[in-house]
Parts: sequence; C-alpha cells; structure tokens
Amino acid sequence: MTGSFRFGTPQILFGLAVAILVIFVAVPVLLIFFNALWVNGSLNIADMVKVLSERETYKALINSLILASGVTVTGTIVGTFFAWLVTRTDLPYKGAMKVLFLVPFMLPSFIGALAWKMLLSPRSGYINRFFIETLGFPGPIFDIYTYQGIILVETMYLFPFVFIQVCGALERMDPTLEESARISGADLFTITRKITIPLVAPSILSGALLIMLYSMAHFGTVAMLGIEAGIYNIPTLIYERIHQSAGSFAAIRTGTVLSTVLVIAAALIIWLQNRVLSKGRYQIIAGKSFRPTEIRLRGLRLPLLAFCIAYIGFTIVLPTTTIFLVGGLKTYGLPIAVENMTFDNYHHILFEWDLTRDAIWNSIGLGLAAALITMFAGVIISYVIVKMKVPGKGMLEFLGMLPFSVPGSVIALGVILAWSGKYGVNIYNTIWIILVAYIARYMAFALKANSAALEQVHDSLVEAARASGATMWQALRDIVIPLVRPGMVAAFFLIFLPALRELTVSVLLYGPTTRTIGVAIYTLNEDGETVYAAAMAGVALIIIVTAEVVVKRVFKIEK
Amino acid sequence: MTSVRIDGLSKSFGGRKILHDLDLTVEAGESFTLLGPSGCGKTVLMRLLAGFDRPDAGTIRIGDRLVAGDGADVPPDRRGLGMVFQDYAVWPHMSVADNVAYPLKIARTAADERDRRTRRAIGQVGLAGLEARMPSQLSGGQQQRVALARALVSEPSLLLLDEPLNNLDANLREEMRFEIRELQQKLGITVIYVTHDQEIALAIADRIGVMDETGRLRQVGTPDDVFDRPIDAFVYRFLGVANFVPMRRVGATWLFPDGAAVWPGEAPGLAGEHATFGCRPFDIELARDGDGLAGVVRRASFLGAQMDYLIEAGGVTFRAATDSRRALDPAQRFEEGETCRLAFRGSQWFDTAVADIEGGAR
Repeated sequence: MTGSFRFGTPQILFGLAVAILVIFVAVPVLLIFFNALWVNGSLNIADMVKVLSERETYKALINSLILASGVTVTGTIVGTFFAWLVTRTDLPYKGAMKVLFLVPFMLPSFIGALAWKMLLSPRSGYINRFFIETLGFPGPIFDIYTYQGIILVETMYLFPFVFIQVCGALERMDPTLEESARISGADLFTITRKITIPLVAPSILSGALLIMLYSMAHFGTVAMLGIEAGIYNIPTLIYERIHQSAGSFAAIRTGTVLSTVLVIAAALIIWLQNRVLSKGRYQIIAGKSFRPTEIRLRGLRLPLLAFCIAYIGFTIVLPTTTIFLVGGLKTYGLPIAVENMTFDNYHHILFEWDLTRDAIWNSIGLGLAAALITMFAGVIISYVIVKMKVPGKGMLEFLGMLPFSVPGSVIALGVILAWSGKYGVNIYNTIWIILVAYIARYMAFALKANSAALEQVHDSLVEAARASGATMWQALRDIVIPLVRPGMVAAFFLIFLPALRELTVSVLLYGPTTRTIGVAIYTLNEDGETVYAAAMAGVALIIIVTAEVVVKRVFKIEK
Repeated sequence: MTSVRIDGLSKSFGGRKILHDLDLTVEAGESFTLLGPSGCGKTVLMRLLAGFDRPDAGTIRIGDRLVAGDGADVPPDRRGLGMVFQDYAVWPHMSVADNVAYPLKIARTAADERDRRTRRAIGQVGLAGLEARMPSQLSGGQQQRVALARALVSEPSLLLLDEPLNNLDANLREEMRFEIRELQQKLGITVIYVTHDQEIALAIADRIGVMDETGRLRQVGTPDDVFDRPIDAFVYRFLGVANFVPMRRVGATWLFPDGAAVWPGEAPGLAGEHATFGCRPFDIELARDGDGLAGVVRRASFLGAQMDYLIEAGGVTFRAATDSRRALDPAQRFEEGETCRLAFRGSQWFDTAVADIEGGAR
C-alpha cells in the first residue's frame, strides 16, 4: 500500500454504491423498525405488543396466516400435479400446456380478482345470477368474498412458483435413479410415490415457500375480495389505516408494527428456503437434461387433457374474457349481449378521461424511469460487490438483496417515513415518491441480473485492457459495460414489466394526479365504476401482454 | 528495449508472505523466464510488474523509471508494456482486428497508422485473413495469437507473458514457444515469461530464474547453467525427472544403499559422511557387461520415442531411458529380469538428504 489515498474511479464507484443503497434501501427499512420499536425516543416493546394485541391487528395477522397457508397448500398441490403431468406422462400437447400454465405469471392477480368478483360475487356475479335467475337456485353457488374465494383466486396466480421449480427438477433428474427401481420390480406408480416425489421434495418445498412469501405479503386479491367481507390481511390493513387517517401518528405506528411482523415472517421464510435449497439438492439432480421415462396415462390420457384445457379455460380464458366483455357493457349489471355492448368505455378511458390517461402514462413513465435508473445503479453496485476487493461489500450485498424479503407495502411505508418532509425532502403525493419506492423495490432484480453477467466477465479481461493502456474508466466503458449489456437488458425488463402492473406500492403512495394503472383500476372498482374498472383492466392486459410478448421475441432473436 | 530492475520486493496476501525481499535484474532485449512450481508467487511478481498489485516493500524500475515503491505507483496503463494472460483474455465482443487495434485506439494513433500496424501485428502472429473473425470462431491457439498480437501491436519495450501456453495442446504449445522466441529475437524486445513448464523455459529463455514455493529465487542463469550446473537439489529436481540415491562415504569410497556396491565414477569432493547422488534417466548408460554398477531390469516399457526401464541396482530402483533407435536394436535391448551394467554419464551430488529433496522439494 502506498500511504497516500487516491481518489479515482474505484472510490467514486464505491461511494456511489454505498450512497444509493443507504438512501434508497437502508434508510426506509431502518425507519420502519425505528418507528415500530421506539416510542417518544425510548425502546418500548410493550407498546408494540399492545398494538399487536388490538383486535383488528391481531385478526389481520391470523388472516394473513390462514390465507398464506391455504394458498400454499392448494398452490403446491396444483403446481406439483401439473408439473408431473407435463414432464412425466404422455399427455398430448405437453409443450403447449407447459407454456399455458405459465401465463398466469404475467397476469396481474388483482385483475383476476376483479374478474372473479364480477363472476362470483354473491348477488351480482354473472355465474351466481345465472344459477339463481335461469336455473332457479335458491342462493349463490359460490361466494367469492370469503377465505375460500380469496385462496382460490390467489392459487390460480401463484401456483406457477411450484410448477416451475418442480418442472425443472423433474427434467433434470437422473433417470437411472428411477430405472434402477424399475429393475428392482417396482411399477411406475410405486416409483413415482417412493422415488420421484421424495427426490423432488426439496424443489416442491422451495416453491411452496415462495408461494407463502408472496401470499403473505399479497395486497391485490385480498383488497379486491376481502375488504367487502371484512377480511383484512397485514398489507390491506396497513393500506386501510394509512388511507383512512391520512398519515396520523397512530396509523403510521400500527403500520410500522405490522410491517415489522411481516418483515420478520418473510425473513423466516427466506431463511427456511435457503436451508431447503442448500440441502444437497443438486447431488441427486444432475445439471443436464435427460429424457425421462414417461408414464402411459392410457385411458386417462384424454380425460386429463380435457381437465387441463378446462383448467386453463376456467382460470385464464374465462376471467380475461369477462374483463373485456364487462369493459364493453353500457352499464354494469346488464346481461352480456350484443345489444348492450359499446366501445365508448374504452374510448372514454383512453382518450377522454384524464384520470385513466394519466395513469397509463404514469405507469409507463415510472416503469421506464425505474428500470433505467435501477439498471445503471445495479451495474455499479454489482460491480463493487463482484469485482472490487473492498471491505464491507458483504453489507452492500445484504442491503441490495434486502428488498427481496421486504414486502412492497413495507417499502412504501418506509418511503413515506423517509420522504415526506421529516428529513428535509418532501415528495409525498408526487410521482417522485413512487419512483423512489420502485427503485428500492426492484433493486434486488437488477443486482441479480447484473451480478450474474459480471461473474462471467473474467478479471483478466479488464486487466488486459489496463495493460493495453486503458484507464480504469476506459476499461469499464470498452470492456465491462459491453459485456454485461445482456444482463443490463435483462435487468431493465425484469423491472419494467412488473412495474407496469404494480399495485401494492403505488396504492399506498399515490396522489390525486399520480395514479398508476393498478391504482386506477383499484380505485375505479372501489368507487363502484365497475365497467370503467373492467375497461381499464382490459387496456392494462393488452399493454402488459404486448410488452411481455415483444420482450420475449427480442430476447429470442438476441439468443 | 528496456531493462527491469527489482530491488527488495516483498508482497503478502492475507498475512501470507508470497514474495520476500526479492532482487532481480532483467537486461534490455533479454528473454527471461521465471520458472517455478504453481503457487510460488511468480504470477504475483508478474502482477506487481504490470501494476495490478502494489508491493508491500521494495522497488521496481522499468528502464530508468521507478514505477513502484518509494512513493511511486504508476498505474498499469502508464507502464507502457504488453501483457499476455494465461486465459488469453481476448475480448469476446470484439473481432480479431478490434482486439489487436485496441491499444492503438487508446493511444489515439492516427487511423491509417493504426490499420497498418494492426495488420502487421496480425501478420506477425500468422493470423492474416482472420481479421474479421470473432474470438468464439477461433481455436485456443488462434486466440492465444490474438492476445500476443494485441500485446505486440503498440511495440512495447517490455512484454510480460503469464503462462500463455498452458491451455494449449502439446503440439501447439511446442509450435508457439518457438514462434514467441523467434518474434522476441526479431523485434528485440525484453520478454519476461512466467511458467512452471521447464521445457518451455529452456526453449525460449536467454536466462532462467528458478523460484521455489516460498517465493525465493534459487538460481538465475542460462538454460545450460540451471540444467547442467544446478545450484541445489531443488533446481535439479525441478528441471526434470531425476533419480536420487542416498550415499554413504567410507574413507575415500562412496557406497550405494546396499552397503556393498561402490560408486564407479570419480568421487565428489564432499566432506560429510552422507550425501545424495542424482542422475537423470538419460544419464544412465546400459550395457550387458563391463565395469558399471550391476543391476537387474525390473520393468521395460517401450514408449515410442524412448525405452523406459526400471532397474534395481545398489539397493535402490533407478529409472533409466534409452532412445528408441537403440531400443529397437535387439542387441541393445533389455528384457525384464535380465542383468545389466549401469554407467553414469552425468551426475550431481548434493549434501541434502533424499527425504528432504523429494518430500519438501527443497
């Protein structure tokens, strides 16, 4: 070491990385804990317990637990079953089925919840009305405003977590493990039960924990379907409190206490998941793809195919069609028939109504800005973490990945605490506060994508540039950035696409003119403008699906 | 053309001393090879020379310029050297021509001059015609040439090569090492070459520095010097396969381990009672009879270019080799179980115990 401290490119990068993470991630999260635990400047656990033992908060905790457990169980069963069906059997059109089962991943679940509300709400739902009015049933056949209803809808959108993991594991599993059991005289169903399922159990468990993590912190579906029947979970209660009281101290305090509980629960789930994943999962599952033996479904082949098609029709086609049809109705409640249809709603929200037009542009603008900023910040921070030998980079990595375990509502609340004037900057009620929250929320995505890309850039490539006479900055510009560009592009879309359909964060932060697409749909629905909500949801679906398809195409071409 | 002077250089990583108080001078225009086992610190020395790491103590001078130590810390891009890395480090997103032209681009060389020199460098390494290829379309050897051309294009006065031939197959390695030698002589640049392969070292070096695991330079000398006049057992062992025999002196005669057989050659001038005698497989001459050491062939394997023998003699097992011309001559070929006589055409004597040589390799 030479004694003198040089202020060059590495120091600038390190400083930037620390500053970004502290300002955007560390401060908001720490403020949550601080506000939850400290009352009037002193540590007060008793008060935290008091808040938690209030009937409503206590109820919300229990509800979160019930809903998350329910969705985890059903989602895991559905996901595992379909994964097995498309990887290990001779089901027809397996490839197409596999793609279709992943579609729910790109659809926002709150739009699904909206559709199901229009179909299965006890009095006005179209299906219930059909059974009562046309078939003469005495009452609704299914009430969506219940625990079962919420669990059902969430399952439709979250089961792919297990589906993806289990498909991957089943495809990579060494078939000799099963073949040797076969030679020992076991039939295929015994093998599935005794060999296959135990071997993929870690993947099932890890997917199940992901479902639990998301469901626990899930806002949209519960807000759409639960509030009407008085079913609150933690995120919806935080929203309710913050909204009703317009940021009063007691409301914020309840919010921070609930957030703390949520963060602890999420951390616990992630810790469990890491333990499951590290438990020798890859020892039995080889890295390459094999052609596993397929189970002959024989007589069940066509019935199971019909079941899959029915499932897809019921969970994807039906709600999506409902959204578009209701969005075209002259008035909500009219029978769905040609003479009741109009394009006026779509025309109105796209070209005439400021509220919805602003929302679309807000979402697109926020998505682009958040994706761009986070992408560049992600490169800098990943570079510091992956390539620079500096003390404290473990801390940086922890901070960057923190938002993975911090639910959106918690981030939003933290951002409110940090940026609404208490510390000199007040951007509350402006679009900037949503941007700040998005940056924090999606930072982990950018870090993951960029770190993966940077790991591929061997140090000697940069050193070769230095030896060729390039300064650190020139080496970054000419060698590192071009080589991590695919990672940056991936990070951009990993952020832009979810930001387009974001609801949880923006619903806590929006102001009169800063609605996002998600917020617009949500508030229109709350205000009883069901037809406009549906039309807006239809437009959102078109934007989201178009963006997804375009991105997938572009990526395919690049490969 | 430039010289390199290293004085009292030390470097530790995480409390482990890699280099300790190292002195070395490489003359201008010289091809110098640092030879040592992996982990001996030769790559660290290279990185200190290039400026990727800073020394804990000591100084490095390139030409007359102090580049490291004594308050100086010239960054890699200002040291004016070329470097070829073990893993080639050819930039995968640039074509051959772009890779090679990069140092000139950074130096803001005029475009026509740049093109001319890029083409010349590519021609020098025999890649003419492949300018537009991307690295992924090149073989390992071709990528290595790109790296070499890139290091040569700015006509550096000092070229650092860090085990650049390691990842190549045997034939290519042989071919490339002669090409590097030829280029070095043609361009007259100073080359410092790091390797753990003694064949490469011997083939391309004017002088070789042999390093041991502790980061010390054991011997610096010409290839002949280090091969034939090793300063100690470590250097001898590191430069090729060798037999080591623990010998005991009784009066003026040296006895083999069986306590009976007597060393047939001229006695070494060693004062101690115990010593180690070393010889290489090709140093042993086999005969049917004569006054050499009596032995029995335990194993004979024909390896194509040579015949390899394991021979029990004097209470130890020797490894001996003869070239295949002789081996194919039935009169001079020995079968397993046959008796023979061993004469030693070359020998080295060390006052180190065999266990210390073979165990710790020092």
